[in-house]
Formats: sequence, structure tokens, C-alpha cells
Amino acid sequence: MPKAIIDVADVKVSFGAVKALDGVSLAIMPGECVGLVGHNGAGKSTIVSVINGGLSPHQGTILGEGELIARFGINAARARGVRCVFQELSLCPNLTVLENTRILHRHLGGLGWRKRAKQVIERSLDTMFPGHGIASDRIVGDLSIAERQMVEIAMAFSDGGIPPRLIILDEPTSSLDASLAEQMLAHVLRFVASGGSVILISHILHEIITTASRIVVMKDGRIVAERPAEAWTENGLVEAMGSVVKGEAHRRAIRDLAEAPVVVEQIGHGIPFRAKRGEIVGLAGLAGHGQTDMLMKLHASSGADWLPRRDPAVTFVAGDRRLNGVFELWSILKNFSVASLGDLASRGVVNADAEVQRAGEWKQRIEIRTPNMANRMLSLSGGNQQKVLFARALATRAPVVLMDDPMRGVDVGTKQEVYEIIRQEAAHGRTFVWYSTEMEEVCLCDRVYVFREGAIVAELAGDAVTEENILASSFTGVAA
Amino acid sequence: MRMVDRISRAPWIWSWFAAFLVWFATIMVTGGASTLGLSQAALTFAAFSIIVGIGQMFVITLGPGNIDLSVPATMTLAGTVALKLMDVDNAMILPGLITAILIGIAVGITNYALIKALRIPPIIATLSMSFIVQSAAIWTNRGLRIKPPSFLADFTTSTTLGVPNVSLVALVISVIAWFLLEKTIYGRWISAIGQSTPAARMAGIPVDGIRFITYVFCAVLASLAGYLLACFSGGAALNMGTEYLLMSIAVVVLGGTAVAGGDSNVPGIWGASLFMFLVVSMLNTYGLGAGFRLIMTGLIIISVIMLAGGRQPGAR
Repeated sequence: MPKAIIDVADVKVSFGAVKALDGVSLAIMPGECVGLVGHNGAGKSTIVSVINGGLSPHQGTILGEGELIARFGINAARARGVRCVFQELSLCPNLTVLENTRILHRHLGGLGWRKRAKQVIERSLDTMFPGHGIASDRIVGDLSIAERQMVEIAMAFSDGGIPPRLIILDEPTSSLDASLAEQMLAHVLRFVASGGSVILISHILHEIITTASRIVVMKDGRIVAERPAEAWTENGLVEAMGSVVKGEAHRRAIRDLAEAPVVVEQIGHGIPFRAKRGEIVGLAGLAGHGQTDMLMKLHASSGADWLPRRDPAVTFVAGDRRLNGVFELWSILKNFSVASLGDLASRGVVNADAEVQRAGEWKQRIEIRTPNMANRMLSLSGGNQQKVLFARALATRAPVVLMDDPMRGVDVGTKQEVYEIIRQEAAHGRTFVWYSTEMEEVCLCDRVYVFREGAIVAELAGDAVTEENILASSFTGVAA
Repeated sequence: MRMVDRISRAPWIWSWFAAFLVWFATIMVTGGASTLGLSQAALTFAAFSIIVGIGQMFVITLGPGNIDLSVPATMTLAGTVALKLMDVDNAMILPGLITAILIGIAVGITNYALIKALRIPPIIATLSMSFIVQSAAIWTNRGLRIKPPSFLADFTTSTTLGVPNVSLVALVISVIAWFLLEKTIYGRWISAIGQSTPAARMAGIPVDGIRFITYVFCAVLASLAGYLLACFSGGAALNMGTEYLLMSIAVVVLGGTAVAGGDSNVPGIWGASLFMFLVVSMLNTYGLGAGFRLIMTGLIIISVIMLAGGRQPGAR
């Protein structure tokens, strides 16, 4: 029985209150390709970071070749031949291909390293992507995104002193076309056949099924299923990624909105986006597939950059509070009132009494937990800051509320309170456009648009808004 | 005690404290004989830095990277053109004032056009603008030194109830600026933009419009200061604005306005402007050489900033 290259046992990692990994054990044997699948935030990237030494687990052990490694880090991992290709390309764009090779392979140093680096990278590129046409003295920044991805992958598989033994590929084919992806996957199979190991992460399920020898499904920081690849089907994977327990408790009643007028519209490539009066429209799909861009477009198309508007058409609730939500120097009161100052002022002069009164009403209504609204915004907990941002948006007269994953890092109790407010406001005729990375929230919406690669690929309404349907559309890209 | 506590936390208190100390140290040397004269001179000369400094403060409040370096050139151009137009004629005072303000508006518009349309950073845009404006001033001036109309010359150099008239003008402008910042939507908005421009945009604030108005406002205040300064000093000179470049920034920083933006402070501008004048006169009174005087000025400014920098930002 050969020993596992890396064997992590009962690893736990938490970021604040969020458990990113909740007791994960995974052993990678020589000569196997492990496929790793799961929805956003399932913990795939975290387990990868633990294996490549970038992140120390808060609990659990890491064994290499059957021995306990006490001080596991990036250097220890690299010395064991662990390599990683990340989703976000990690080459230095201002250097040439071979200079980047030199950075990865420390043993190439000394006089004449350019020649050695050139040999190493070209050999690897030639085997993986025959006829690639990438000269190794080109600046990485001048290469196309696909070429860069090819260089990055070839570099991970190249041998410059320490032979690669375990290669982690995180969405390696995302910027490669079909034939290049095939070449790469064929190389993965050859590499595995010669005794190397690969961890393959991809949202393209048939790639995983055809390439991997074993598939591990993650959900909420745990491994929920693990079977040989032959035992899986695409549907089986999608089902396994979905939740086992259904949160039916707070499902909204289906409302008839067929007669309601359309209040916002955005037509791009893919299915056009429309939202009706009083509707809660969800934007779903994998993170970073164009949902935030859609919200920004909706905001920009009805926003005003030069002249103040008396009747704002849309208002926005930020998810990234620090970046585009909170004004840190200000009190809670000023943070609350900033979007509705027009209603609280006459001839440009703010009516302080009206401001305090309005803030008092909202403090009661959504229970902002502070003794005094004049306290600094940053004295509040994250959840309460988020409530203030909700109050800021809801206190305006704007008929459309855009929400950019606003529940990030908010505790469960606050979430339930806010869901209730959203339902009430929608019943009174407000329209909500809600991007969320959490399934549970998307399932609260009347209608859901599923995004893939910057476009809407599916529209689900009423009873069709289910976790299975959303997962199916976001992975396969076929309209359900 | 709560009162003392609150005042000691106010960011402007340090510049006032420093100004008072220096004032006291200077009159002590002269045995109190120069008290009135020194105070009046301080108020007069500080008035110009206050007017320019307030404009600069509004721009700096807009957040990191926002600064107007065209201030000195704007002062010079407004001063020279206005004096040439008025041509020692008391009847032309109002047209002269209006011309000065129009020059300010034009410079402000061009500044923001460069920043926005050509996407040049404000520091470069306003610096290049200052070269253009300064050349325009040289071209209109042609070495002439025209005296101001007699009424204006008298007004800017005399006092009302012992208070210099120019400092009264500065007081009126300061009250308006304070009102704008603390009580109006405009003031809230520039503070919001200074704290976080993306957040301000998402909160529905017309970011470009507000920044534009602010750059114009700064240039108008600079041209007004140039107009008054030219009348006060008996004629416009091509180098009359030079010292106000650094002065306008120094009084903003010393006055406790956050350099990172979002937090501005009108009283602090007064303390800092008085202080800047008084330090120089104190060192003059002590009879120190020019080089040593500059070193001392630098050291004193650094110590005031260090003192003021130790403050805890309180609830606002």
C-alpha cells in the first residue's frame, strides 16, 4: 500500500463566526486525480489553501508520506512537490515567461539560468500544448488570457529541480477553449498514469467526471459525498451539492404579479432583465459571473452624477460595507440619513429635528441596537451596521432597491429580521433586486435570474425556484 | 469638566492654543507695548490665508488626491486683471469685483474639466492650470503697476472698531463656509465623498456635480483673496500669490482638517492662519537670522501637528 502524498485529517478552519472547514479529512494517494466540487463557499478553496500550505488549520493534522508534519507551510509543501494553479492568474505580468519560470524554480539559479529556464518551460509547454506558439522570451502581460493560463499550467507541471508530485488545478479550463482544455485534461491523465497526483476543481461537471478517478463533494465546509468517478452522473453531482435538509419554513407565498407594471429593465446579451412593481427578483449563479455588474448597470442607468435628483429611481444596499457602504467618520444618524437628505431639508438646509425624528422611527422599526444614534457608526456590530444600511435605503422614496449580497457576515437572527422587512416592503409595492450567494435567500425570491459568464442563462419563477434548478442552470448553462 | 473634555478633543483647539502662546511670547518680549499693533497686523495678514485656506479646505475634504495648486496663479490673475479694469476709478469697483469672481469661476471650471474629461490627477491638472493662468497674468500685467481705487485702498487697510476690515470680510466668508459645511446637504455630501467616493455614489450623491462646484468655489475664493490682496498692498504684483500655495495647504492641515478627507474644520483655519503669521513675527522680534527663522518655523509647525495628531477622533 503506497503512502498518501498529503493526508489531512479532521481539519477545522473558521473565519470569525463562519466555519469554512468543519472537520475535513482528505488523503491524496499517488497516481490518482481527485475531483473537488461544491457550490460557492462550500470550502473548496479553503481546503486547497490548507493542502498547499497557504493556510494553517486551527485544528487537525497534516501528514506527508505517513509522517506528521509539524510546521507545514508553503515552503514545506513546495519541497514535497505540491504545486498550485489558481483561478486568478498568479504570474508576474511585467516579466517574461522564462523569468517567471525562474521565480517558481529556485534551483535554476546561478549563471546561465535563462538557458535552463527556457529549456524547462519549453519542454513542458511542448508536451502539454503541442503547437502552442508561445515564445518563452515574451512578456507575460502581452500574452492573451488563454496563453497566460497555458503558461501557468505548463509551469506547474514543469520539472526544475523538484519534480511535481501533487498539482492542484483550480478552475484550470475557465479561460481555455475546448481543444486546449482537452489537451490539458489529456495531459492530466498522462501525469496521473505516470504516478503523479492531481486535485481538479471545476464547475464544468463532465470534465471532472471524465478526468478524475475519485470525486469529492463539499458543502458548508464538510465533505458530503465521496465516490469513484464512474459512480457519478452530472445529475447526481448537482443533487449532492444541494442541501439535504430543506428550509421550507420561510418560503414565501406565491404572489400573482402578472398584472404589475415593469419598473426596471436591462437588455444585454442573454435573457433580458425585467423587474415588476412589488416583485423580489433574485440574481443567482456562481459568484463573479456578472451579478454585481448587472446591479451596477441598473444603478448607473438611473443614477445621477452631476445634478441631484428629487425623486431617486433606485437605491442600493451594499454587501461590501467597507468599500461602498459605511461612512466611517460619521455617526449612525448621518450614515442613516445620507441617502434621504433631500426629503429632510428645505432649500438645501438640513432640518436637524426632522432628521433625528426619522432616524428614531427607523431605529425602533428595525431595532438598531445602540443607546444613541449619535454614536459612531463603527461602534455597531457588523449586523447592526448592515441594518443601518438597509434603513438608509428603505427610508428613501426610491421604488427599486438593489441589494448586492447584503447579508455577508450577518448573523442568523438579523437575517430573519431583515427578510421580514423585505417581505413587508415588497407587499407595499417596492421592487427588490437581490443578488445573493446564499441559496436560502435566493429561494425567498419571486423570480430568479441565473447568471453564467456575464449573461443571464435561465429564468426561474414561482415553484421552479428551487436549489436543484438553480444549481443545474448555473453549472450546465442550459435554461431550465 | 465635560466642557473641558469636549474642548480638548476639538481638532481646532491646538492651532488656537499655539497661536495664543506665540502671541503671548511676542508681546512679552516687547513688554506689552505692541499688543494692539501686533494683533491687528496678525488679523490683517491672516485674513488672506483664511480666505484662500477655506477654499483649499473644501477641496481637500473631497478626499485623497484632491488639491488645488492653481490657487496662487488665480490670485495673481484676478488681482492684476481687476486692478487694470478698475484703473484707479472708484466707480469701477463692482465691475472689478465681478471680473475677479468670473476669473475664479473660469479657472475652477477648467480645472475640473481637466480632471474629469482628461482624467488627469488633480495635483497635475491644477499645477498645469496654474502655469497657464500665471502666463495669462504676465501677459495682462506687462510690468505695469496700477494703483487700486482710493476707496478700496482705504477700505482694505483701515479698521472698524479696531478690527481690520479684511478680517471682517474673512469672518463673513468663514461663517458662510461653516454654515455650508455643518448645516446644508452640500456640506454632508462633500464629507461623504471624502470618506468614501464609491459609497457616496451608491448612496445617490451626484458626485461629479459636487466635486465640480467645490473646485469652482475654491477658485472663486482664491480670486477674491487676490482682489483684496492687490488692493491692500497698493497694486498687483506677479509674485503676490506665491506664498499662498503652501500657506493654503499648511493652514488646512494645522487647523485639524483631515488630510485624508471627509472631515473639515473652519475655526481651525483661523487659529492656524494667525499662528503662521505670529510665528514669523515672533522670530523677527527675537532678531533671528533668516535661515534660522525658517528652521524654527518648520520645527514649530511639526510640533503643533504632532500634538494635534495625538487626538482621538470623537463622536460627531
